[in-house]
Amino acid sequence: MSSFERFSGSAKYIADEQLLASVNAAIALERPLLIRGEPGTGKTMLAHAVAETLGKPLLSWHVKSTTVAKEGLYTYDVVQRLNDSRFPEDGGRDVSDLRAYIKMGVLGQALQSDEQVVLLIDEIDKADIEFPNDLLRELDEMAFTIPELDETVRAKHRPITIITSNAEKELPTAFLRRCVFHYIEFPSRDNIQRIVDAHMPDLERSLVEAAVKRFYGLRSVDALKKKPSTSELLDWLLVLARAGVDPEMVSRHMPFLGTLIKREGDLEILASRSKRGFGAG
Amino acid sequence: MFDLLLMNLRSQGLSVGLGEWMVFLKGIQKGLVVDLEGLYTFGRAVLIQSETQFDAWDLSFKATFEGVELEPAVNAQLLDWLKEAAGIEGERVDLDMSFEEMRRLFYERLKEQKSRHDGGNKWIGTGGTSAFGNAGRAKQGIRVGEGGQRSALAVAGERRWANYRSDKNLDVRDFQVALRAIRKLTREGAPELDIDATIKKTADNGGDIDLAFSRARQNKVHLVLLLDTGGSMDPHARMVSRLFTAASEMKGFKSITTWHFHNVPYGHMYKDFANRERHDIEQIVSEMSAHHRLVWVGDASMAPWELFGQQYANPWGGGYQGRDLSGLGWLQWIRQKCPSSVWLNPDPERFWEHPTVTAIGEVFPMFPLTLDGLRDAVRKLQVPV
Repeated sequence: MSSFERFSGSAKYIADEQLLASVNAAIALERPLLIRGEPGTGKTMLAHAVAETLGKPLLSWHVKSTTVAKEGLYTYDVVQRLNDSRFPEDGGRDVSDLRAYIKMGVLGQALQSDEQVVLLIDEIDKADIEFPNDLLRELDEMAFTIPELDETVRAKHRPITIITSNAEKELPTAFLRRCVFHYIEFPSRDNIQRIVDAHMPDLERSLVEAAVKRFYGLRSVDALKKKPSTSELLDWLLVLARAGVDPEMVSRHMPFLGTLIKREGDLEILASRSKRGFGAG
Repeated sequence: MFDLLLMNLRSQGLSVGLGEWMVFLKGIQKGLVVDLEGLYTFGRAVLIQSETQFDAWDLSFKATFEGVELEPAVNAQLLDWLKEAAGIEGERVDLDMSFEEMRRLFYERLKEQKSRHDGGNKWIGTGGTSAFGNAGRAKQGIRVGEGGQRSALAVAGERRWANYRSDKNLDVRDFQVALRAIRKLTREGAPELDIDATIKKTADNGGDIDLAFSRARQNKVHLVLLLDTGGSMDPHARMVSRLFTAASEMKGFKSITTWHFHNVPYGHMYKDFANRERHDIEQIVSEMSAHHRLVWVGDASMAPWELFGQQYANPWGGGYQGRDLSGLGWLQWIRQKCPSSVWLNPDPERFWEHPTVTAIGEVFPMFPLTLDGLRDAVRKLQVPV
């Protein structure tokens, strides 16, 4: 195997073989890794784990519905400059130096960094449908131009780029073709046990087993609109442990159900099912 | 062998581009792939960009390496040995041979092999140093059966991604993503002061006020769902109700309306199929504008006379409000009034040979009620008529 830095999971982040292979393929091929999967399967956590394991700084760009591609590159604060030109004593900046008013965005910082960084573009599908297309060249060449300065920023080290998406919007084909793609499946029962152990090693075995059993019972109810995810299971376990709930109690009732089920309609469905005698789990 | 994979992928309708293919080959050259499992995972990560295509990948992968796949009976037997014999250690030998060579040898060995085999350096078995078998020490090799992961072909053969196929299964969210594309955003209404743009322009202007105005963006599209209900549509009730849920939960359309009918609307439709209160179709259609988009959902199969017959058109006699149209006639009339219409058919396309389906398909562009079909239909609706 040729030499490149490899990711093999971390103490807190339990990844299956296929995910590891995808991460390492993306690193070796210097392509962005596009991660999709159910909410709560640890898409965002992956970037944190990769950065931590490889000992590289993490730069996160959290995309919102109003985010535009240019914000990730740089912003030119023309209003500040005007203000400084009128009240020079305020800022202490040199108004004739345009550079003082150019502020790098997350992607800009990642490219300018002196060491290789892990760049997380979180929930790329939240933004406008054209957003990924606007980043094609930047992600391809890892370079962009600042017309105000007539300068090109080029990556000193190509960042390890991890992009997450919840599939709210279709991503453009041209964008997809440039990515290594991985779909995070919901973890198997064994893996969930390992994940719980990694996060809360001190929990009582019988409590975890009872809770995990109930949890998969809930997930098997097809009628639920939002099935509980890993992060919700962890929250639930934490609450159960803090409240000192007896494992016996977990298998008979469902204390703190609100931690797992967030939709009113789903709670009603569960209530009516348990009345009919085939409750969740 | 990889050329065959590419061909199989393309025959499965996966448009693998040259760019990705080069990346795939580059990855193999870089040594990212050491075994069949690795090839399966790596290939999928680089060549496939959506979980909806994983099933097609599984099929093509399996077809390509079909030669490698064992007869089920032999495979099961072999697996048993491997499980039983786990833990037997052998000496370490590095092997250096090409994948093709390995595959050929694997087959030869398999043919020669008549009994189980543990240890050693030639036969398929466990713990040995042969390139084949399980839990072995050879650096390169084809794994048979369960190791750290399951055999790639077993995984591919399972077709566990079949439910994610976009031409098969659909959930509410999928529908919503597809429907959202119908939106047509336009700027209209009285211009309002755009404060951000004004500040920017003023600053650019050296401080002299420069006002900027803009209009709010609005979606002008009215979505109308017309659902064939009852009879042969009952088996599709779940699918249709998902589409209905998806549409009714959606925001951003100017309005969303649903109408029900049975087979074809003969002069009237129902707002609520349960109470069968009739609404005059001419009235409904007269209220539609150029911004209305009609999505019909129905299997379009019925007895031919139900569609073509005049007698059925007016069971109440005397012609309906002066119009004496057959079921098909009504559809043609609506299509003429509202050209932005598509028909989604929950029946698979192979059942579309039926005369009434063909006839309706000539009136409205017809698409299967799958994610791909819905996307195509939406694309059709986006084009102004």
